[in-house]
Amino acid sequence: MTYTGWFVEQFGQGLGWFLANLTLILAIAFPVMVGVALAVYADRKIWAAMQMRRGPNVVGPFGLLQTFADAAKLFLKETIIPSGASTGVFLLAPMISFTLALVVWAVMPFDAGMVLADLNVGLLYVFAVSSMGVYGIIMSGWASNSKYAFLGGLRSAAQMVSYEVSMGFILVAVMMYAQSLNLSDIVMSQKGNVLGILNGNIFNPLLFPMAIMFFITALAETNRPPFDLPEAEAELVAGYQVEYSSMSFALFFLGEYANILFMCALIPTLFMGGWLPPLDLPFLYIVPGFVWFLIKMAFMFFVFAWVKAAVPRYRYDQLMRLGWKVFLPLSLFWVVVVSGWLMFTGHFATAPGAL
Amino acid sequence: MTATFAFYLFAITLLTGGLMVVTSKNPVHSVLWLIVCFFNAAGLFILLGAEFLAMLLVIVYVGAVAVLFLFVVMMLDIDFRALQRGALKNLPLGLAVSGVILAEVLLVASGWQPGTGVVMNDALAGPPAGMTNTQWIGSQLYTRYVFVFSMAGLLLLAAMIGAIVLTHRRRVGTKKQNISVQNARTPASAVGVGKAPVGQGVEL
Amino acid sequence: MTALLRSAKSLLLLEFVGGLWLTLKYFFRPKVTLNYPYEKGPVSPRFRGEHALRRYPNGEERCIACKLCEAVCPALAITIEAEPRDDGSRRTTRYDIDMTKCIYCGLCQEACPVDAIVETPNFEFSTETREELIYTKDKLLANGEKWERAIAANIAADSEYR
Repeated sequence: MTYTGWFVEQFGQGLGWFLANLTLILAIAFPVMVGVALAVYADRKIWAAMQMRRGPNVVGPFGLLQTFADAAKLFLKETIIPSGASTGVFLLAPMISFTLALVVWAVMPFDAGMVLADLNVGLLYVFAVSSMGVYGIIMSGWASNSKYAFLGGLRSAAQMVSYEVSMGFILVAVMMYAQSLNLSDIVMSQKGNVLGILNGNIFNPLLFPMAIMFFITALAETNRPPFDLPEAEAELVAGYQVEYSSMSFALFFLGEYANILFMCALIPTLFMGGWLPPLDLPFLYIVPGFVWFLIKMAFMFFVFAWVKAAVPRYRYDQLMRLGWKVFLPLSLFWVVVVSGWLMFTGHFATAPGAL
Repeated sequence: MTATFAFYLFAITLLTGGLMVVTSKNPVHSVLWLIVCFFNAAGLFILLGAEFLAMLLVIVYVGAVAVLFLFVVMMLDIDFRALQRGALKNLPLGLAVSGVILAEVLLVASGWQPGTGVVMNDALAGPPAGMTNTQWIGSQLYTRYVFVFSMAGLLLLAAMIGAIVLTHRRRVGTKKQNISVQNARTPASAVGVGKAPVGQGVEL
Repeated sequence: MTALLRSAKSLLLLEFVGGLWLTLKYFFRPKVTLNYPYEKGPVSPRFRGEHALRRYPNGEERCIACKLCEAVCPALAITIEAEPRDDGSRRTTRYDIDMTKCIYCGLCQEACPVDAIVETPNFEFSTETREELIYTKDKLLANGEKWERAIAANIAADSEYR
C-alpha cells in the first residue's frame, strides 16, 4: 500500500490525502532546512580551509552548531522597517524568496519513486519557480527605498533574466536526450547511457560542455560568487538585503542557501545520474539510491564553495557580456549540434507523435 | 469539490488582481498585481489540464516579461495623479469607445456558433492515449500548425531586429572596451625596459 | 595560431582550472590561524587591555586620589571623587571608568605616580549590556587582585626600558 493510500484508508478521502501530503511536505522541508544550516557551515569551513583559516570551530563539536546559534540570534532580534519603505511589499519580499526556495523541492526525486509531486513537466516547474525567485529580490530592492538596495535589486533582476535564457537552452539539450520533462524520467534515461556502463549525461561528450555551462549559469542564477553582483559587499554593502534585519533577513539568507542546495541537487539529477551510482554495475546498487544522491549533492556543494574561494567577482558588464555574448550563442549552437546528432542517429524515431 | 474550490479561488483572485492593476495608485503595485493575475491564470490552465501552457505562462510572462515591466516602471518616476488629471474631461469619449467595443463583443459572442464550416474551428479532441500534453502540443505545433508557428517566429524576429536597429547606434566620442584586444596583450607587447638618463627622461 | 591557442585556452577555461587546482592544494595545507578560544597569541608586556587598580602587598590601596589620570584622560572616561579617610590619608571614594569611552591609550598608567591604575593584559571582557562596561572602584580593585601576578610580571619585564 502506498503512503498516501494508508492515510486515505485511515482518515477518509479528503483529510487523508491532506494529512499524507502535509507530512510529506514536512518530511522534505525540515531536512532541507537542516541541510541549509549544515550547508552554511560547510561553506564557511571549506572557504576557510582554502584560505588556510579554521572557520567556525567553537559552537558545538567542530563548530557544527554555529549556524543554529546565528539563526537563534537573528530570531531574537527586532525587525526594523525603514520609515520610507513600502511596508507590505517590504515584508512580502523575504516571504516570497523563502517560500519559492522551498516550493521548488516538490519535484526533486531523491530516489526511485521518492518524490512529492511527480509532475510530467517537472523541469519546467523548476524553471518557472526559479524564474519567479527574482521577484523576492526585486521587490525588496524597490520597497526598501534605498539606493543600494534598489541597485542590487535591478542588478539581480537583469542578471537572472539574462542567464535564464541560456539555462533554458541547456535544459533543452538535456530533455532532448531524455525525451521527457519529468525529472525521474530524466534520471532513468541516464542509466547506462554512455557505453552501456557509465550512468550520467556528464560522461557524454556532447553534453559535457553543457554540464559545465549549466554549472556556471547555476552560479549566476543563485547569485553565488563570482556572480554575486546583487549583494556585492564591496560596492553595494549588501545589495537588496541592506535594509533587512532579524527574521526578514534570515528568510532571505535561508532562501538563498536553499536555492543553492537545490541547484546542487538539480545538477546531479540532470547530468550525473541522480540517485543512480556512477557506474551501471549491479553491486553498486546495494548502496541505496538516496545515499548516492546525497553524495553527489555534497560533491556539488563542495564545488560551489570551491569556486567561491577561487574566483574573484565579475564586473557587471563582464557578467552581461558572458551571459548574452558567450553563453547564449554557445548554448544555442550546441542545441543545434545536439539535435542534429540525435536526428542523425535516429533518437527520435520512437518518440510519440513522430512522423 | 477541490477542483471547483480551486477554480473559484483562482478566478476570484485573478479578477481581484485585474481590478487592482487598474485601480492601484502606485504603478509598481499595479505591475505586482499583474503578476498575481498571470500566476492565477496559470493556475486556471492547470485546472484545464494544460500544465505545459501553465508553466510556459509563468516562465515567459512572470519570469521575463513582467520583470522587464517592473524594471521600466521602477526606473521611471511616473506621477499618476498628473496623468489622471484630464480623466474626467475625456470620460464621455472613453465611455463611447468602450461602449462600442462592448457592443462588438456582445454581437460576436451571441452570433458565434462553434464549428460551422469554419476551418479554424477544426478543434482537436485532446491528447491521444500514451501521449503527454507537452508531446501532443509539440507534435501538433510542428506538423499541423508549422506555418503559423514559423510565421509567429518571423514576426517576433522582425520586431526584435526593429528594436535593435532603433536603439543600437554607435555614438561618437564614447570609449568602449575591446576585450579580445585586452586579452591578447602579452608582457612582451605591454612592458618595455629602457634606461632613463639623468635629466633627460625617457622617450615613450 | 596564437589567436587560436588563446581562444582555445579561454574556451576550455584553462585558467579557471588552474585557479581551482591551486585552491584545492591550499585546502589540504595546515592551517596558519590560531584555534582562538583555546590558543592565544603572545601578548606584549606593554599590552593595554582591561583596567585594574592595584594594592600594595599589605593590602593598602595604591591610589592616592591625585587625579592625574582623570586629568590626562583624553576620552574623559575616568571620574574620581576623593575625601580624607578616617586615619587622615587621602583616598578615593569613587573611581569610575567608562569603558565604552576608553580608547586604551595607556596615558592613565603613564601618569600614575604610584602604579595604581594599570592596564592588564586581559582583552576578553565583552559584556551583554553597556551598564556592565561602566567599571566602579570595586570592579577595578577586583580586577587588580585577579591579575596582580600578570601585572607585576609585566611591569618588571618593562621596567628596564622606562
